[in-house]
Amino acid sequence: MNALFSLVSALIAVVALVAVSWFGVEAIGLDSVFGVIIPYIALAIFVIGVVYRIVDWARVPVPFRIPTTCGQGKTLPWIKADNLDCPYNTWGVIGRMFLEVFLFRSLFRNTKAELREGPRVTYASAKWLWLFGILFHYSFLIIIVRHLRLFMEPIPSFVQTITSVDGFFQIMVPTFFITDILFLAAVTLLFLRRVTLPQLRYISLPADYFALFLILGIGVSGVLMRNFFKVDLLGVKSLAMGLFTLHPVAPPGIHPIFYVHLFLVSVLIAYFPFSKLMHAGGVFLSPTRNMANVNRSERYVNPWNYPVKVHTYEEYEDDFREKMKEVGIPVDKE
Amino acid sequence: MDLHDLPKPQDLMDIDLNKPPETGWMNNPAVFKDGTYSYPAAGKNLKILGMPNPRQWAPADEDWKLPENWQEIILKGMKERLEKYRSFRLFMDICVRCGACADKCHFFIGSGDPKNMPVLRAELIRSVYRNDFTLLGKMLGRFGGGRELTIDVLKEWFYYFFQCTECRRCSVFCPYGIDTAEVTMIGRELLNLVGLNINWVIEPVANCYRYGNHLGIPPHGLLDMWEFMADDVEDITGIKVNLPVNKKGAEILFVTPSGDYFADPGTYTCMGYMMLFHELGLDYTWSTYASEGGNFGLFTSHEMIKRLNAKIYAEAKRLGVKWILGGECGHMWRVVHQYMETMNGPADFLEEPVSPITGTKFENAKQTKMVHITEFTSDLIKNGKLKLDPSRNDKIIATYHDSCNPARAAGLLEEPRYVIRNVTNNFYEMPENTIREQTFCCGGGAGLGNDENIEMRMRGAFPRASALNHVVAKHDVNRLLCMCAIDRATLTALTHYWAPDVTVGGIHELVANALVMNGEKERTVDLRGEPLGDEEEDE
Repeated sequence: MNALFSLVSALIAVVALVAVSWFGVEAIGLDSVFGVIIPYIALAIFVIGVVYRIVDWARVPVPFRIPTTCGQGKTLPWIKADNLDCPYNTWGVIGRMFLEVFLFRSLFRNTKAELREGPRVTYASAKWLWLFGILFHYSFLIIIVRHLRLFMEPIPSFVQTITSVDGFFQIMVPTFFITDILFLAAVTLLFLRRVTLPQLRYISLPADYFALFLILGIGVSGVLMRNFFKVDLLGVKSLAMGLFTLHPVAPPGIHPIFYVHLFLVSVLIAYFPFSKLMHAGGVFLSPTRNMANVNRSERYVNPWNYPVKVHTYEEYEDDFREKMKEVGIPVDKE
Repeated sequence: MDLHDLPKPQDLMDIDLNKPPETGWMNNPAVFKDGTYSYPAAGKNLKILGMPNPRQWAPADEDWKLPENWQEIILKGMKERLEKYRSFRLFMDICVRCGACADKCHFFIGSGDPKNMPVLRAELIRSVYRNDFTLLGKMLGRFGGGRELTIDVLKEWFYYFFQCTECRRCSVFCPYGIDTAEVTMIGRELLNLVGLNINWVIEPVANCYRYGNHLGIPPHGLLDMWEFMADDVEDITGIKVNLPVNKKGAEILFVTPSGDYFADPGTYTCMGYMMLFHELGLDYTWSTYASEGGNFGLFTSHEMIKRLNAKIYAEAKRLGVKWILGGECGHMWRVVHQYMETMNGPADFLEEPVSPITGTKFENAKQTKMVHITEFTSDLIKNGKLKLDPSRNDKIIATYHDSCNPARAAGLLEEPRYVIRNVTNNFYEMPENTIREQTFCCGGGAGLGNDENIEMRMRGAFPRASALNHVVAKHDVNRLLCMCAIDRATLTALTHYWAPDVTVGGIHELVANALVMNGEKERTVDLRGEPLGDEEEDE
């Protein structure tokens, strides 16, 4: 897969999505298609798709207990065991998964190998990926929580609190949110990382750029509609509430940029179950992380374990009995 | 190919990790260059094992003499495994290609070949998975990251799945724990379905199946080797050690890799076991049938792991022992720790292991009933049961190489260090990014430690060698310790090429050097027959 091809084809795809929604609303007036029908379909695909994928994974057995041990296991009582990196009970597993899911523990270990004269190789700390990843995921989460205000009346107090903290600096009117800036910055940095690091550029598929461009498009369109086009928020809220309460109407006169935003979100959630974005669910099922290193102390059953052909001791002794007797190795059959 | 045919280290490492080829990886077939791949399995070995498509062929040939419907066989095999292994299924689905694993692989650092980045190694098979098993891949083809399974793709699989040592280092760094070892293991299983395998794996497997050990040593030959070692021990210590073989009713069955029976420096470790057990008066036995702890089935298929591993419990049952003690080995401990009991257990005819010397219950091994020798020995030392004179190892300035599997598949990090610190006075760790769970492979595990693959081995050995040379320069380290029989063979080549002043050895060799035995004569030489201590210093 050629790097440029990956990048350009993904970019074209996202630009096409933007164009379709903009002109669909602006020129053809398909407000309710983009405002109601597509979001519903996308949401249905998302919910059914995600559930299907998780169930599908969960139905595949885990035949062996294969944790990657990243610390001292529990052995002799006087040797300090590391329950977080090499769990020996369920609490350890929960702790390990918590660190992995919420703090990206493994990414935090990241180093960069560099070849030097000698020849030798050195390892420098490389926490950028961890930092961009954390910024991206957490600002995304907060942005989603903030959006709850559109679907709920009265607006829950935690949403109010998060929103006001997020808009603390009160730059511009309407307020520019800190998470918006962090989110756009993080996605941009993740993108730049992908195109500037030669190794990463080499492995990147269209799908990798597509997800980034799509998410960047959502962020940019969101900021544009809120801070620059200043779309009719009341109209947006009534559409959102309508969708949420199953009485959907697309109020007239909402600026097309809103429909671009909504359409890109719809595409993202519909695409989600079929894509690498499912890592969000998959990480919980990863057998190298979610299993305790109690391999020698607790039984583990493989549901499809089956008998295999072995070379038995009897067959072995038959092959070598005379020789064994000659040198005085005890045998079962004289 | 031989070590001395290789260019000098500086020239070998004239590579750039940041310069991938112009051609995209999907269109860049593998090149079978001498020194970078292993020879195929001999037909006779496949026949012994009843494995498919035994024939004569060579990777550099155009025609690999595959069955006509090879694609169908592979895709069917893939489907079956996607339904049997959640690891495989999940690891096909959830990679985001973040690149965190890219420079964690010793083969990538040593070769600069981007297909040795764990992510791309997995993509070789993932691309086919997407093409044939996912909706978007089927709909979008290349745009969806899919790639048809062509003969070039299959050849690429063979080249790169036999260029991964299943060391699991990448899985430490992956945010989802994607373990390339799992992908490689399944990749090799699939290749085996159409008769693509390497002789350095399949011959030991065939030998182990029939003779009980990788080297194909018959029982009388084993006895010979063990007696030879016991004679050496007698020469050095004046003590004729007890050598029980296939002894029914012994308390403990001892199983260790056969690599330590015949080649230096493994033999010294093996002599170390004999001396330790003799000094303890341990009621144990060697077995000629279960004469192999290692299991090259791990490098073949899950089924083959089970076929070879079955001997250990079977022999324990036949001999009527109470529990099993296992020697220093790497991949053997992956199998014992993560597969044995599930595959061939429960071993309810055995008892929960208790050290007859200290009374310590090995709670951590109460289900498999198999204890690691460093667990056993560190417990002895902790309880003051060994009389040790570490000064007998004073000539040795040691560092310790964690073997991949005890470190990343069992979490055995402290026991070996505890033992080493108690039997030597000079021990220095290599840099922290290269030890413990971040340890680097020797470059020749998973069946790749053969001579024809020497260039790729030395490339893969480079990160370990670089760390070693760091402590050589800083602390004058002259002994690379390890607890793995493959290491003892492959690290010897590593030091030969990369760090010629360093020797390689096992932990129990040093234990035995330091072990003050009851009734021994004054020791003048170590287990290698070399004078103890430095003459000048004695004056």
